[in-house]
Amino acid sequence: MTSSVSVRDLNLSFGPLTILDELSLEIDDGEFLVLLGPSGCGKSTLLNCIAGLLDITDGQIFIKGRNVTWEEPKDRGIGMVFQSYALYPQMTVEGNLSFGLRNTRMPREEIRQRVARAAEILQIEPLLKRKPAALSGGQRQRVAIGRALVRDADVFLFDEPLSNLDAKLRSELRVELKRLHRTLKNTMIYVTHDQIEALTLADRIAVMKDGIIQQLADPRTLYNRPANRFVAGFVGSPAMNFLDGTLVEADGLPAFRTRDTVIPLDGYAQAERLEPGRPVVLGLRPEHIRLGPEAGNAPHRFEAQFELDEPMGADNLVWLRLDGHPLSVRTETVDGLAVGDRVPIAVNLPMASLFDAESHRRL
Amino acid sequence: MTTSLTATPAAVDGPRGRKPRRRFTPATIMLYGVLIVAAVYYLLPLYVMVVTSLKGMPEIRMGNIFAPPVDITFQPWVTAWDSACTGLTCEGIKVGFWNSVKITVPGVLVSIAMASVSGYALANWRFRGSEFFFTCLLFGAFIPYQVLLYPLVILLRELGIFSTLTGVVVVHTIFGMPILTLLFRNYFASLPLEIFKAARVDGAGFWQIFLQVYLPMSIPIFVVGVILQVTGIWNDFLLGVVFAGNQNYPMTVQLNNVVNAVQGVKEYNVNMAATLLTAMVPLIVYFVSGRLFVRGIAAGAVKG
Repeated sequence: MTSSVSVRDLNLSFGPLTILDELSLEIDDGEFLVLLGPSGCGKSTLLNCIAGLLDITDGQIFIKGRNVTWEEPKDRGIGMVFQSYALYPQMTVEGNLSFGLRNTRMPREEIRQRVARAAEILQIEPLLKRKPAALSGGQRQRVAIGRALVRDADVFLFDEPLSNLDAKLRSELRVELKRLHRTLKNTMIYVTHDQIEALTLADRIAVMKDGIIQQLADPRTLYNRPANRFVAGFVGSPAMNFLDGTLVEADGLPAFRTRDTVIPLDGYAQAERLEPGRPVVLGLRPEHIRLGPEAGNAPHRFEAQFELDEPMGADNLVWLRLDGHPLSVRTETVDGLAVGDRVPIAVNLPMASLFDAESHRRL
Repeated sequence: MTTSLTATPAAVDGPRGRKPRRRFTPATIMLYGVLIVAAVYYLLPLYVMVVTSLKGMPEIRMGNIFAPPVDITFQPWVTAWDSACTGLTCEGIKVGFWNSVKITVPGVLVSIAMASVSGYALANWRFRGSEFFFTCLLFGAFIPYQVLLYPLVILLRELGIFSTLTGVVVVHTIFGMPILTLLFRNYFASLPLEIFKAARVDGAGFWQIFLQVYLPMSIPIFVVGVILQVTGIWNDFLLGVVFAGNQNYPMTVQLNNVVNAVQGVKEYNVNMAATLLTAMVPLIVYFVSGRLFVRGIAAGAVKG
């Protein structure tokens, strides 16, 4: 596969403040790449650099094999959609869509055709004569996407496009965006801090923190095998449980020990190469712990104390205490549990994650 | 339980519905009292001027300046406009009126055009030293006019535009720049940056973004700028008397010449009419665009 967008050794600093440092990223043709991270992690900055809206300090940016490092935004073959929609308030929807084309002095007939095609794809034909103020949030964002669409851009850049919408519209437009990507097959780079958006939309996700890409992987790998503790904690809702402890040897097999509890690590990938004595953090997702009768006759069971439960509709989030550590478990039934009850739990170790206590890297 | 609470139905379960408002609280009395005093303070002189300008000289000599005119005459207004003596000529202040128009219209247009573009550039197209430039401009807003008068006279003389309309327009533009640029810069800086970015991605350049995207979004602040400049330039006396030259004296200077004439009888009614005529333009501007003015000020001139 050819590379569509290629960022090489990108460096951006404002005076002494370094935002992005030696960042490299290869994005395949037609790929939907999501930049995910908490606010201030540099994901929007990276997007602005790719768009050419920020002057970079060092490094190179290639789009479709062309070095665009010094090119103006309009010459990069990109379309961009912003969080605040950024529609021109005094122009009609049609004016908004055609503004970029009029700037290139395109023949009128072709502008008309392109606007009509984009309006058809996004189903905004009845709105063409309206001003942005007369549109709802979802309609505005559709127009903003249309503005990128008419330009026949090679690469679409989305800067948190759904963050200003309410929850219901957000999930609707999310599906539409995915459908749009299926139809158009353009390369799309999408910035968000919403992990659900990232997991549902992306071919690959780049999780960023402090201007550094922590992990670049497809959503399933990212979720099941996070590369470090930060990624593990950031991705997943409800969040992963972390237990501090050390590696020990129990009955000749590697095990994890926290206070009085010893969890044998059979089933964890390549557990035998881990040397005992090392301080580690065990990460367990709430849905990878079974509770009560579900724990059944699993080989290793532990006892935890019930604290409270949060009904979440489809299932429940149950908070327990395991040897003093708070532990959340996702389960379907919580019948007949009272505060302080002791319940058996079992851990799905092949799905667990072990991190080094110091470097926070996955072991 | 219920028997003790039967005095009024409202007392049964306490207050309900809209809270009643009392008309005459000490606070409202104070508020309206102050407002009325302030209004009288400002309106009384205006009333005296209007009344006096409609009286004949015999009636004025009787000395009741607050009395309404017994015999209404518009002759003082005609005289003031058409035949009052300003220094050596006796053509009324209409000459000054047209001079003021000739100074104000280009002065307003040029200064607004320059300041809006500068403000836009300072807000959106940061260049090397733009912060320094902006600081200088801010500093300029606080320098008193008088300090710059003599250097400017020399400058304009060297340029060959001293005592010309062009000269006085240039001077007004220069003095309007700091505060207007500040006004526009702050307004443009308050507009969402993403619109600017979107326009750049759409391939619009410096002028296209300014004229097609920003200008239509910024009508209120342009109204504020126009009002500030119209009233400022129209009411100006000092710069007009120094830079315009005899034949171009603005209305304020002509008015002064009418009112302060030392020869003959003081025609109070004509003076009042001439003053009202001079004040008419800023008054009309405020009345017509007052609402837009407030909106523009609230929209970004003060904040930011």
